[in-house]
Amino acid sequence: MVILIGAVGTIASTYSVAHLRTELMAGTTTPHRARLFGALMQLTIAAMCVVVISDNLGVLWVAIETTTIATVLLVGHRRDRTSVEASWKYLVLGSVGVATALMGTVLVYFVSRHSGGDASTALNWSSLVAARRTRPGALRAGMGFVIVGYGTKAGLAPLHSWLPDAYSQAPAPVAALMAGVLSTMSMYSLLRFKVIADIALGPNYVRTLLLVAALLSLLTAASLMVTQRDYKRLLAYSSVEHMGLIALAAAIGSPLAMSAALLHMTGNGLAKSVAFSTTGEMLFATGTTRIDGIRGLLHQRPFIAGTFGVSLLALLGLPPFSILASEIAIIRAGVNGGLAWAVAIALVVMLVIFTAVLVHTLNILAGSAEGTVTAQPPTEHVTTVTARVPLVAGLVVAAVIGITIWPISTLLHKAAEVLAR
Amino acid sequence: MSTTRFVQLLDLAAGLVLVTSFAALWLRRLVTVTWVIALQGVALAAVALVIGAYEHETELVLIALMVGVLRGVVLPGLILRAVRAGDEHREVESLINVPAALLAASGLTLVAYATTRDVVALSSTPQVRALPLGIAVMLIGMLLIVTRRKAVLQIMGVLMLDNGIALVMFLGTSGVPLAVELGIASDVLLAMFILQVLTTRIRTKFGGTDLDQLRELRD
Repeated sequence: MVILIGAVGTIASTYSVAHLRTELMAGTTTPHRARLFGALMQLTIAAMCVVVISDNLGVLWVAIETTTIATVLLVGHRRDRTSVEASWKYLVLGSVGVATALMGTVLVYFVSRHSGGDASTALNWSSLVAARRTRPGALRAGMGFVIVGYGTKAGLAPLHSWLPDAYSQAPAPVAALMAGVLSTMSMYSLLRFKVIADIALGPNYVRTLLLVAALLSLLTAASLMVTQRDYKRLLAYSSVEHMGLIALAAAIGSPLAMSAALLHMTGNGLAKSVAFSTTGEMLFATGTTRIDGIRGLLHQRPFIAGTFGVSLLALLGLPPFSILASEIAIIRAGVNGGLAWAVAIALVVMLVIFTAVLVHTLNILAGSAEGTVTAQPPTEHVTTVTARVPLVAGLVVAAVIGITIWPISTLLHKAAEVLAR
Repeated sequence: MSTTRFVQLLDLAAGLVLVTSFAALWLRRLVTVTWVIALQGVALAAVALVIGAYEHETELVLIALMVGVLRGVVLPGLILRAVRAGDEHREVESLINVPAALLAASGLTLVAYATTRDVVALSSTPQVRALPLGIAVMLIGMLLIVTRRKAVLQIMGVLMLDNGIALVMFLGTSGVPLAVELGIASDVLLAMFILQVLTTRIRTKFGGTDLDQLRELRD
């Protein structure tokens, strides 16, 4: 997980250098704000590292809350009407979400204390898992709160409504970071709590909640992607879709499904961060986020059209990228685990999404540029080397993982064993 | 302190936290609602103080004092400044009328008791018996956020939600380990500052804090 944060963090921060330079040249930001931006990016990345390495569930919560605060400021970076609106929605829903998760954490702590836990270690994940002394009935309420809370933060339907606004209004590197790893972190926290809940409550309680959220997310994403006219929102809903898939894998819960979920997080993180970073370049080049405003991109800007197209194909699950492998693994695990009906629904929905995205992509890349109305004159802009390198590198890594699973297969295997106990 | 006195004081303070959250739904002037929220912070601190004094834990008494200052004075003070800075300090508009909101809040209180039945059954101390109150306050805070359109009132809703969580923490755990506790307090403070900044920004962009105007982003 730290490796994933490192990889996506590198893509996003290297790209943000180029992004900020362009903004500075265009006069849309000041050096002071650019410095603040950089500091907040690093704060977010550091807090996410704390999320994955902390054993204490309380500290985990504090870290998640820190990422929320930092990213709220990052989403509002541009300070115009729409970005203020987006960050406000994100802040209100996000703080309600993390507060709910905190309430759940407190209840879990309470139950763990009353089942004989020691005050200083009662919230430590490893001791909670090892001791298995938690009692079922009382834990149920706490777990419900935790799942709703972290689910909100991860962007699972029905509490996803902040996500498309925040992602589409955030500056491209921020959106890359948020879509690439931040929502994955909440998902990961959820998986940790799931381990405790499975031991104490049996697998069915969390499974039902996750299944409902997963299928709802997939359906919402599909229905809104078909008619989408804004390419950043299209990507945002693709995030909802992939979170739904990971939740589905988590609901299945077998070791195969868990390693598929982790692999899916990796593949989605890499491809999504490249895609979002590219949207920054597209916005600079064309001055609009509407799909019909950027037709014929392949002709005008071959490089960014290439990375955008390839990363979208990766997100759709075409070979050689790793998402294909993880999706197949989820399907196999689902059929083996007796959830074939859910997998079937997911497959149909994914087919719809596949078609929708393909049509949109073809429109963007190859559609004729005639009749295109540009909203504002595009900024004078050249895609620099600092912008190019991380984009290509991210895609290459995703492809290598997709082909060989090297070098993360043992890691994935071990992590999945822990999570699927 | 005798046990009966302890139980009486505890129930009084915890009850006051719940009553103030109902009052926040019922009252119509923004300034008054801010005072009510401040009162809630003080009542919350009183809960921690009573428990700390009864169990002779100096740490908890210290936390209680900090909570009292933070949630009873500092945060409501910040909100009050935002309310006074705006011109909309009179009427509160709501999506649902006051009787309906109060009815919904009563319903949420029942839900809070129903969902925590198993939790309460774990222990028979007076603290744990009052625990559902905290969850009720949290849910009412959410109701406030959902039904009110003013940015300032949503801030108060978030604060109320946090008060509810803090109440559960004090009642259920006699204070989560101090490091986490401090982190949470500072996070709340940070979040409030951001909310302030954003409200000011919304006001300068839209000329008011009515959230019905935030309607540009949709599918």
